[in-house]
Amino acid sequence: MDPSRKRKVRLVVALTAAVLLATALIYTSFSASTEASKPSEIKPGRSYELTGKVVNGSIRHDGDDLRFRVRDRDGTTSVPVSYTGVVPDPFRDGREVIVSGELEHGTFVAERDSLVTKCPSKFTKDEQSS
Amino acid sequence: MEYVLALVVLALLVAAVLSVPLRRRGQEEHLEETRLAELRAAKEAKYREIRDAELDHQMGKLSRDDWRAVDRDLRNEAIDILRELDRLEGKVPQGGMDR
Amino acid sequence: MAGVGSACLFIALLTALYAIAASVYGARSGRREWVTSGRRAIYCVAGLCVIAFGVLESAFLRSDFSFALVAEGSSIETPTFYKVTALWATQDGSLLLWVTLLSLFSTTVLFLTRRSLRDIAPWATAVLGGVAAFFLLLMIGWENPFDTLATPPADGVGLNPLLRHPAMMIHPPMLYTGYVGFSVPFAFAIGALVARRPGADWIRATRRFALIAWTFLGTGIMLGALWSYTELGWGGYWAWDPVENASLMPWLVGTAFLHSIMVQEKRGMLKVWNVSLICATFTLALLGTFLVRSGILDSIHAFGASTIGVQFLVFIGLVVALSAGLIISRLPLLRSEAKLDSLLSREAFFLLNNLVLVGLCLVIMWGTFFPLISEALTGTKASVGPPWFDRLVTPLALVLVLLTGIGPVLAWRRFTPAALWRVLAVPIAATGAALVLLLAFTDAADSWTSLLMFCLVAFVLTVVSQELWRGTAARRTMTGESWPRALGRLTGRNRRRYGGYLVHAGIAVLFLGVAASSAFVDQRDVRLRPGDSFEVNGYQVTYREPTAKLGGDSGGTGAPISFGAVLDVRKDGKHFVLRPSRNYYSTADPSLGTISRLFEGEATSEVDVRWGLTRNFWMAIRPDIGSLDKPIREADAKFANASGDVQALIVAALAERYRRDPPPAAFRAISSPFVVWIWIGGGIVVLGALVAAWPSPEARLRRVRSLYSARLGQELSRA
Repeated sequence: MDPSRKRKVRLVVALTAAVLLATALIYTSFSASTEASKPSEIKPGRSYELTGKVVNGSIRHDGDDLRFRVRDRDGTTSVPVSYTGVVPDPFRDGREVIVSGELEHGTFVAERDSLVTKCPSKFTKDEQSS
Repeated sequence: MEYVLALVVLALLVAAVLSVPLRRRGQEEHLEETRLAELRAAKEAKYREIRDAELDHQMGKLSRDDWRAVDRDLRNEAIDILRELDRLEGKVPQGGMDR
Repeated sequence: MAGVGSACLFIALLTALYAIAASVYGARSGRREWVTSGRRAIYCVAGLCVIAFGVLESAFLRSDFSFALVAEGSSIETPTFYKVTALWATQDGSLLLWVTLLSLFSTTVLFLTRRSLRDIAPWATAVLGGVAAFFLLLMIGWENPFDTLATPPADGVGLNPLLRHPAMMIHPPMLYTGYVGFSVPFAFAIGALVARRPGADWIRATRRFALIAWTFLGTGIMLGALWSYTELGWGGYWAWDPVENASLMPWLVGTAFLHSIMVQEKRGMLKVWNVSLICATFTLALLGTFLVRSGILDSIHAFGASTIGVQFLVFIGLVVALSAGLIISRLPLLRSEAKLDSLLSREAFFLLNNLVLVGLCLVIMWGTFFPLISEALTGTKASVGPPWFDRLVTPLALVLVLLTGIGPVLAWRRFTPAALWRVLAVPIAATGAALVLLLAFTDAADSWTSLLMFCLVAFVLTVVSQELWRGTAARRTMTGESWPRALGRLTGRNRRRYGGYLVHAGIAVLFLGVAASSAFVDQRDVRLRPGDSFEVNGYQVTYREPTAKLGGDSGGTGAPISFGAVLDVRKDGKHFVLRPSRNYYSTADPSLGTISRLFEGEATSEVDVRWGLTRNFWMAIRPDIGSLDKPIREADAKFANASGDVQALIVAALAERYRRDPPPAAFRAISSPFVVWIWIGGGIVVLGALVAAWPSPEARLRRVRSLYSARLGQELSRA
């Protein structure tokens, strides 16, 4: 094979690989993603990533379950959450949280270990994970 | 007050340091010397490549013919570097260091 | 004292701007004295930053709360080690650390290249000065670390307890050294483009800096993973969080860069690729620094509000525009000097490895920025989680490990196809043997990706050993030396190559740990009362007794109250004891009662891990102190104005109450195999990088001789 043909072949191979990768990325990410939503936006029937603030005084331990309410960051709509799994260290009243799950009979049933609590203060670095 | 004082002191210090080279004008720098150092580094690297190729042949990665071909190319490239080096070294007096 | 610090920053900014102006003028007019002056300006910037850093650090050590930063991040009772390191736990302080490290690195490289790279160095000086100027401007304009408080408080807020872990405090300097280190080859690449000197000179001068930066960045990432594993209550080491990814992306592209520059040095190829790669690496390093501070992505690691997010974006945009513009305008100069002779050469496989690494980086970038992408395309913010990352990264990682095994086996320029069998026979046999053994004696087949990874790891380790063996044998035929001497000489004369092989071995070991610990982990979450026991992975775990401690805790973090448990773990005659606990810190919140305040601050999980070469046993506890709510509220009412001593007595009484009748506590136990090898592998990588970066004796000799000849030339001309 002469050099220019070799180069064309390599180019085609590289482009094909790139296109394949791009397709894999786009297809898998859009199908596997969860939508980030506020309590006022969620509807039953599909999974969401619920974001909002923990309502003060709403935290209860019910056996293995943790129950609390999440409200819109800038509103009053709140939804009760039922969660099992690891509870991040910064979790407490008023903190911003992200939890994945589905709305079932009015209660947001969370996926195990999906609770993430955001750092509380402006200048302290914080890391916590689910 | 402390801020302004520190500002003035530091500014003067820095200005002093930065103006030193500007006052020492007219120092001839040998540009060829730096080119020489770069060429020498390239020469060393090329020698290492020649040695590595021989090692690769000894380790069985290159057949005798393949090694011969690679070795020939490398030695030609090394000769180019040596020629360039000789040309530059002829220009710059080394005070008995190399010649 | 704060005034001195502020003044240092301001003068440093002016000096950095001068450095840019003087260097550019000197380069364009050919007047060397201006270039020297510009270089000295960078030295001055370094000096000023060090002074500023010292002023701030002394304020922390003296607990001088007139400094706003000290009042926010430290307190009287913070242990000294954390007082020192609290400086960079804050936004402003971390910027100061960044620019101090940058100016020190810049000083070093400019000093080392003061006699060489005449055309390139001035432009590099200007670039480095520009980056420093940006960070200084950020601090002076928006996030000044030397802000003072008119009325200093009696005590500071204290360091966030989650950060009181040695690994977490060394993690930022390591990462920043990594990010900053990559700015050096970047600056010289820009310089080489501007000065139209696209050869390998800029690479040779900055190669070591790139390697050192890469090593520090990798170490920083490893420390972050270690902190996550030993300090957080979830028991994992990597969560594909945006900020974790932000540090991994420049590392991946940096790895590609370290490989492809070898191709340019040897063959004069890939010039465009190399300059593009280093510009990308530096951009990603800036992006990494930016992501942590911007709050644009829902990460739990965000420093917080985007007071400087926009400025970073503008700067990053400038860097990208400048790099792209320069590369495009110099495209004709960057033509390859040679062609790829054979697909079976090291060059070809380095190109392949580069594609895989860049591919990995793109995948991670896509996943990290997906919320923004999906918002732009569909209007809703959607995100992808760890399972998506794992699914896409795993196949690429497998290919990468395979390549780390094939690379060392090949030779430069070409490879005799017939010889391929001879060099691959033993490694393939070893891989096959590993496969058979794993299938026969373990249940590794349950996860075929892990099984494949184990086999590839065996492949890589065999290749590296074989290279050392055969290389030594070949050297012996040529020189007749003894085995140890031949091995020493072989590696000593080619530190880059054999250091690199060691790094490959370390990476293989690291992936062994990752594959084993992710696929074969055994985890259980239970609620226990004292005396209860449960079983996980053949281990019998019994909750022996509760613990409640006050004051000093083993972690050295100054925690006031610590509730935990003592657990006995038994398996096959082995027995060990674990003591996980949870630390409760106080808060200054005035809306709570005096005693409540002691319990309602941050709480951290103090995990206990039994490390082992084959298996780790990890436990965390979440005690239920809800039963103490009523007594605490009673104490609030009765002892609202109690002194510190009385408070301590009350807390001791509450602790005793917990010990005597503890409610059930939630436990998490994780038994995972080969976890420690992740960090052992990381250690091997660092060792290999050290070997590769170590200057060879010939280079030292050559440098000394050239210095003498330069001096001689100068003195002769002056006469």
